[in-house]
Amino acid sequence: MLGYYLDLARRSFKKNVALTILMVLAIGFGVGASMTTLTVLRMLASDPIPQASGKLFTVQLEPRKARGENPPEPPEQVTRFDSETMLREAKGDRQAMMTGGSVAIEPQRPGLDPFFSEARFTSMDFFAMFRVPFVAGGAWTAEDDAKNGHVVVIARTLAEKLFGATDVIGKTVQIEGTPMRVVGVTDRWLPTPHFYDLNTGEYGQVEQVYVPFSTSRELNLHRSGSMECWGEHGGNSTALDAPCVWIQYWVELESDAKVAAYKDYLVAYSQEQKRTGRFERDPNVRLRNVMEWLDYKEVVPNDARIQTWVALGFLLVCLINTIGLLLTKFLRRSPEIGVRRALGASKRSIFMQLLVEAGMIGVVGGLLGLALAWLGLWAVRHQPTDYAELASLDLPMLLGTFGLAVVSSLLAGLLPAWRACQVTPALQLKSH
Amino acid sequence: MHFLPIISTLRRHRTAAALIILEIAFTCAIVCNAVFLIKERLGRMDRESGIVEDEIVRVQITGIGTRSDADAVTQQDLAALHAIPGVKAVHVTNMVPFGQSSSNTDASNKPDDAVGGVNVGMYMGGPEQVETLGVQLTSGRDFTPEEYVDYDAMRSSAVKLGSVIVTRALAERLYPGQNAVGKPIYMIGDAPQTIVGVIEKIARPNEITETAEAQYSALIPVNLPFTIGGNYMIRVEPGRQAEVLAAVDAAFNKVDRNRIVLHRDTFAKIRESYFRQDRAMAWLLFGVSLALLVITALGVVGLASFWVQQRTRQIGIRRALGATKGDILRYFQAENFILATIGIVIGMGLAYGINLWLMQKYAVARLPGEFLPIGAVLLWSLGQIAVLGPAMRASAIPPAIATRSV
Repeated sequence: MLGYYLDLARRSFKKNVALTILMVLAIGFGVGASMTTLTVLRMLASDPIPQASGKLFTVQLEPRKARGENPPEPPEQVTRFDSETMLREAKGDRQAMMTGGSVAIEPQRPGLDPFFSEARFTSMDFFAMFRVPFVAGGAWTAEDDAKNGHVVVIARTLAEKLFGATDVIGKTVQIEGTPMRVVGVTDRWLPTPHFYDLNTGEYGQVEQVYVPFSTSRELNLHRSGSMECWGEHGGNSTALDAPCVWIQYWVELESDAKVAAYKDYLVAYSQEQKRTGRFERDPNVRLRNVMEWLDYKEVVPNDARIQTWVALGFLLVCLINTIGLLLTKFLRRSPEIGVRRALGASKRSIFMQLLVEAGMIGVVGGLLGLALAWLGLWAVRHQPTDYAELASLDLPMLLGTFGLAVVSSLLAGLLPAWRACQVTPALQLKSH
Repeated sequence: MHFLPIISTLRRHRTAAALIILEIAFTCAIVCNAVFLIKERLGRMDRESGIVEDEIVRVQITGIGTRSDADAVTQQDLAALHAIPGVKAVHVTNMVPFGQSSSNTDASNKPDDAVGGVNVGMYMGGPEQVETLGVQLTSGRDFTPEEYVDYDAMRSSAVKLGSVIVTRALAERLYPGQNAVGKPIYMIGDAPQTIVGVIEKIARPNEITETAEAQYSALIPVNLPFTIGGNYMIRVEPGRQAEVLAAVDAAFNKVDRNRIVLHRDTFAKIRESYFRQDRAMAWLLFGVSLALLVITALGVVGLASFWVQQRTRQIGIRRALGATKGDILRYFQAENFILATIGIVIGMGLAYGINLWLMQKYAVARLPGEFLPIGAVLLWSLGQIAVLGPAMRASAIPPAIATRSV
């Protein structure tokens, strides 16, 4: 039966090619636009580290001067003093302090000019905690953290650029005039969004160079990101005791009990700091896991959401349009339907026949939509946004595109098909 | 024109009529909001920076390793840049209008003001700052040579910074209705600075919307070393930007080779990259609106053609009974006008609703009333153009049809 319906549909399409093309275009464009924006949105709102996002927490304390009202939220970063203290006390399963920065690299390879590279100044646990993959070597040691080791972890791309190879453990990179020994080379790693430090770009490239935090201070490497200070710091805002927040502090906690215990620790720590006079306000701490943190920071740009709604609105109009066109198309065929009904076809089989026709438009429209979504994402990749290069169609979205097209066209076919089944055979036969 | 027969015909084609009305309504609602958003984005892109954009180029440079000679190197750089033909003025600054990266501080008209302070952008720069940027002094004066302090001295509070120049908006905020020149401003350190001049405006590096706060900036007379921000702002003779940009590398290299040029661009390029997201959004909305209008027009054509075909006999009868071609044409035009009008009325309500929802969720501004008529006129004319073809075909139906097909 299906074969016969498909044949009828094919004949019907041929009878009015312009109308058929119009419907396919409407479904195709509507679906294509929707899936393009939905893919981008899904990528922007994705979990950057699904294996561990529930166990990784960012720490917020309230170290600021007590003037005016108490702000409801503590600052989003912590001071260097608090970070170093918490790191020493090591109450979590893993913990790392970090800041963004940039370093000048002087390649030893002839023909390569000095260049700047984004860097991260952090502590040993960073790599294990964030599940950073290595192609060679690994993290530096606790001793390097403690004794300003001149060691560096570099990204695969940088290793290839500097040495033309990835197996470069033990080789030396000249960073800001200081030779540093490579202890690890990270494999391709692109947490999206860049959750652990949203100040240095929410999406896009991660750092190419990782240096122990202690070393970065010894060498006075250039930091970047945001900083908030209160009170005098005598010109050195990155000093140990400067009243400035500029460090991101992350901790890994395996169980709910440990989370509760860590929160208690933060409150006790704040009280202790208030008692000694370093903190002026009452304890106000936050411990947000990765997804809570991204949610709190509202990282997904409003523009991406508005674009998605615009595309869905467009799809809706395309669907209404398709319903209208299918209705006129089916009703025009009332005589034919009348004949089929008179020859014994049930309302049900007429309904099925028309739905098959609508579904076929969906299938073709879906293929077109897929091509358009692919084209749309290609266009997004050539946009100047920093998340652009991440936009691509994966299997679920591919199937989703196709499914959306077929389901929409079937939905669009329901009402017209039902209306067309209501044709009275006798009336149609009589008038023609 | 008799509307009653049209309406009674439409009542017999309720589903099709409802669909076309719905399509027009949604298109109207979306297009109204899209046009408004596009206008908002274009407005942002037109924001003035307050500086002589056509004559400014920026070179951002950074050194390798820590260095103690930065002040001396900076002075040599300035001299070398001045020597390039076509250069009118140069200064080093920590930040650039629309340059994204910014340094800010709180400022007030009284000391230690916890609640009344406003956030202010700090444009630090050496002796030629006002001249290079071409900002307009509306009252007061430019800094005198003695007022410039060295960056390190200011940072360690060894030297007190005495004077600043503020934007008109900031002056008005701190001293409403008064002349701010000569008044104190508490901004850097415990002691106040004196406002010596007021400039018309200078845009902050990273404020997207044109709020009052986006206008609060101050010029700070500081001799910066190139290691802080490292933005060399160069004012050139009109039309010589490319020529000067081509010559800067050689000038810097002559002073000290051990540095890396990060950016080398005209101000037009800085502006373009700052607003590219807005431009992309405006184009996207424009494209979708256009597609919506085309789809809706084709929908109208499709439905009208169907109706013309369906009513061929009735049209023939009307023609036989004495209706002119014009009567038939006007019938279909009037029918479309009625459908479009109902659609537009619903669409306006929808447009308003969508805007309210956008305001709540995405902090979009309120849709001004004048955008609704734009949508209405667009859809009315669209409907009339779309229906013209089918209506002409209808009017061409000969009266003889009435006798033939019965």
